[in-house]
Amino acid sequence: MSWAPAFLSNPDRFMAFSRWAAPMFGLIALGLAVVGLYLGFTAPEDYQQGQTVRIMFIHVPAAQMSMFAYACLGVASFLSLIFRHTLADCAAQAAAPLGAAFTFLALVTGSLWGRPMWGTWWEWDGRLTSVLVMFLLYIAYMALRASMDDEVKAARAAAILALVGSINLPIIHFSVEWWNSIHQGSSIFRKDGPSMPAVFWVPLLLMALAYMSAFGSLWLVRIRGEVWRRKAEIAAQRAARD
Amino acid sequence: MSRLSALIARETTLAWGRGGGPLVALGFYAGVATFLPLAIGPQHDRLAGIATGAAWVALTLASLLSLERMFERDYEDGALDLLLLSPVPLELTCAVKCLGQWLATGAPLAFAAPIAAIGLGADPGLSPLIFLCALLGGLAFAFIGGIGAALSLGARRGGLLTAVIVLPLFVPPVIFGGGALANFAGGLPWTGGIAFLGAYAAAAVAFGPLAMAAACRNALS
Repeated sequence: MSWAPAFLSNPDRFMAFSRWAAPMFGLIALGLAVVGLYLGFTAPEDYQQGQTVRIMFIHVPAAQMSMFAYACLGVASFLSLIFRHTLADCAAQAAAPLGAAFTFLALVTGSLWGRPMWGTWWEWDGRLTSVLVMFLLYIAYMALRASMDDEVKAARAAAILALVGSINLPIIHFSVEWWNSIHQGSSIFRKDGPSMPAVFWVPLLLMALAYMSAFGSLWLVRIRGEVWRRKAEIAAQRAARD
Repeated sequence: MSRLSALIARETTLAWGRGGGPLVALGFYAGVATFLPLAIGPQHDRLAGIATGAAWVALTLASLLSLERMFERDYEDGALDLLLLSPVPLELTCAVKCLGQWLATGAPLAFAAPIAAIGLGADPGLSPLIFLCALLGGLAFAFIGGIGAALSLGARRGGLLTAVIVLPLFVPPVIFGGGALANFAGGLPWTGGIAFLGAYAAAAVAFGPLAMAAACRNALS
């Protein structure tokens, strides 16, 4: 994938690529989600979790995407800071609200699952807390961008914050794990294979891929919108000058 | 070296005298510590259970207070431009600013923290550890806070923005210090928390100035 940033760094090539890639990823996401949700809702009840096991198909991929989106934000911020590339900055700006939305979804669905299973809406457990702190980091990033009028300065300040945040995320994660943990460990990516039967992990995998495609599609759409907005702004400035 | 010592003298004097200096932070700290029993209730056993944690949280909030003016005044009156031109690297200048911040608010608050904790009902035997935690935590708060202060230069509502940026980054030191205090009070091993707190403060001192200097250069560009 290392060719991807280099290939897409040309804005014309990016716009030509994303023109068909965004709807294509969207359609893939829709197809995968339909099949994944169907399989997920026709799967037998879990002998311990009962019906609530179905929340997992919405919750787990959202939690994965919340971290993946932050990784995208970090890489895009790094590229925009080092190479001063406008498109990378558009990508960072576009990734933040999506990541915040996935994080929020993960928190809400986790809370809905926690009520019947753990008997509480919210537990101050390590993983829950570190996801909550990540949500706060997304908020901080968006607040910093929104409160600066000079877009070039806002872009660089926000990129610095995103990098500081990505250095801190593992430390925050470690600190809250050290503090308290009851959340179950990973049950799919393990050396001895998945610890759940195929009726559960197949829909989960489909949903994870669906979320990934949906993120890709929405991200491209948002970057395109940002590119257009900036073009329109430059055109308006030129018109005002002439 | 004389340049550096002049800079240290300047920053410490400014931090100490800036808008009341440590008095404002101490006053705010005392105010928060007073409000806690008013909100929670005066029952002694209930307050004693949360005393160290409450003193620690109030400390975190008080160290947010003076962050806003850390770079802002120099940015507004042009002193930051001159500091950028000086032969002292901007990274070092930022580190000195944070040290001044620590000396003017972190250190006085470290003396106040055990008093507040005892007032809330904590065991006086905890005092040395509370002092040590507050001193180390204050160092981390000053250097992480400096990043937030430098990033929000030139932004609208800079003070509130600084708090929003900095609070998620305060999570690890708050956890480590609070954990060490709670474990010590409960008779559990507590040195781990102090060691992690010290490590976080050291990392903040080492890497924070890089981010601060980058943010200042961006604001001045």
